[in-house]
Amino acid sequence: MHTKVRVQTTINGEPQEFLCEPRQSLLECLRDLLGLTGTKEGCNDGNCGACTVLMDDRVVTSCLVLGVEAQGCQITTIEGIARGSELHPLQRSFLENAALQCGICTPGFIVAAKALLDQQPNPSEDEIRLWLANNLCRCTGYDKIIRAVKQAAEQMQEVNA
Amino acid sequence: MKWFDYAAPASLSEAVGLLTAHPGARLLAGGTDLLVQLRAGRKETDLVVDAKHIPELNAISYDAARGLTLGASVPCYRIYKDKNVTGAYPALAEVASLIGGTQIQGRASIGGNLCNAAPSADSVPLLIALHGTCRIAGPRGSREIAVEDFCTAPGRTVLQPGELLVSLHLPPPAPHSGARYLRFIPRNEMDIAVAGAGVEVVLENGRFRSARVALSSVAPTPLYVREAGEALAGSPVDEASIAAAAEIARKSAKPITDMRGTADYRSHLCAVLTRRALEAAVLRARGKN
Ligand SMILES: Cc1cc2nc3c(=O)[nH]c(=O)nc-3n(C[C@H](O)[C@H](O)[C@H](O)COP(=O)(O)OP(=O)(O)OC[C@H]3O[C@@H](n4cnc5c(N)ncnc54)[C@H](O)[C@@H]3O)c2cc1C
Ligand code: FES
Ligand code: FES
Repeated sequence: MHTKVRVQTTINGEPQEFLCEPRQSLLECLRDLLGLTGTKEGCNDGNCGACTVLMDDRVVTSCLVLGVEAQGCQITTIEGIARGSELHPLQRSFLENAALQCGICTPGFIVAAKALLDQQPNPSEDEIRLWLANNLCRCTGYDKIIRAVKQAAEQMQEVNA
Repeated sequence: MKWFDYAAPASLSEAVGLLTAHPGARLLAGGTDLLVQLRAGRKETDLVVDAKHIPELNAISYDAARGLTLGASVPCYRIYKDKNVTGAYPALAEVASLIGGTQIQGRASIGGNLCNAAPSADSVPLLIALHGTCRIAGPRGSREIAVEDFCTAPGRTVLQPGELLVSLHLPPPAPHSGARYLRFIPRNEMDIAVAGAGVEVVLENGRFRSARVALSSVAPTPLYVREAGEALAGSPVDEASIAAAAEIARKSAKPITDMRGTADYRSHLCAVLTRRALEAAVLRARGKN
């Protein structure tokens, strides 16, 4: 007899409970059980970063996390990045800089970049590129993404100044 | 992925009990090897045992007299953020920030890197160079073994049924010592080493007091090159001694040809990387980096 597991977590600040198979990844739980389809599946093996979410204080690829491991954790997905109806500065600067084409990589880039700016408000270009090395984009050639992150960092610092 | 059950034991004895009762069980640390392999059907299991709630596996502790005890499932990002690690073992902090990228480092552990037993595992040559030992727990109590004796073949280790790796231990760094791991990958980040060299040197009065050299990706297991260190011990710290040790490393390598590089190329890399790693370790031992 296979038994599913009840998992209690906090997702984007809200308590959430779901019933999953132990073999289901956190990515599958988010998309298929909770309808949070902002988090994307690219490679499903940890290389592309499209499925990036925050799990407590760390950045992870949700395809390489089991849903059951989220028990008791705080998860942040792309759906939790905007403040209500107001876009996060990163979301705005991705739009303004045309830092996306097909957009499948974008949620992962934005979640990963947010974690960077939360701990390093003024990163250098090298720091941004290194931090985002686990996120792949087949469309933009990266330069626009790096520029968007840089601009968001500058805007966020102005607001805080 | 085939169905498996999941358990998250809160103590070492509970974990050993589960592993003993379920011979097909697999331990889960960061899952960055295990989940990929289960999904690809390269491994199977009926029970995944999460190692991260066992206190001994999840702790880092350092004592200037006794050294570092690194819980087997501590993820890389906690290792390179740890002040004791960056202070006393900067080369270990570097290796932890070299495995995968940000997201992988949020999960991947050094214990998982070792237990996965890939010849290319980046942390293992450095652990060998730093005199690392493994603490293993199992149904018959616990035992210790040197890191260089842990991997026995690609994907295989000395762990017996019911056993798990609890922690890695590194002695305190000797005065005037320095260590470094260097690898060659075709990209700047996120790739598997074509070859790698981990070294430690201890200097005394312009000579090598002792040295250790180990290589990745050039043999069925991470390779400890004892003779290279023995050749350096007692020799003057100069180009000729380092070149001789690099040549020993080149000759000890037993690489294969695959899509990442030919055997010849890999042997050549062993010499180059060993030389550069030794030079960098010497600078570090002299307090210059
Ligand atoms: C995108 C990507 C990039 C990568 N880049 C690198 C790289 O640059 N360098 C590199 O070396 N590796 C790399 N890897 C491989 C992997 O991330 C590392 O080997 C990592 O250190 C594995 O640790 P883990 O905690 O995720 O192990 P897991 O996947 O949890 O476990 C690995 C194996 O060890 C076993 N195990 C785990 N803990 C124990 C224990 N305490 N006792 C007994 N057995 C145990 C597991 O059952 C499993 O078989 C990469 C992987 C991915 C997906
Ligand atoms: S889908 Fe998770 S890293 Fe690509
Ligand atoms: S915009 Fe298409 S992959 Fe990045």
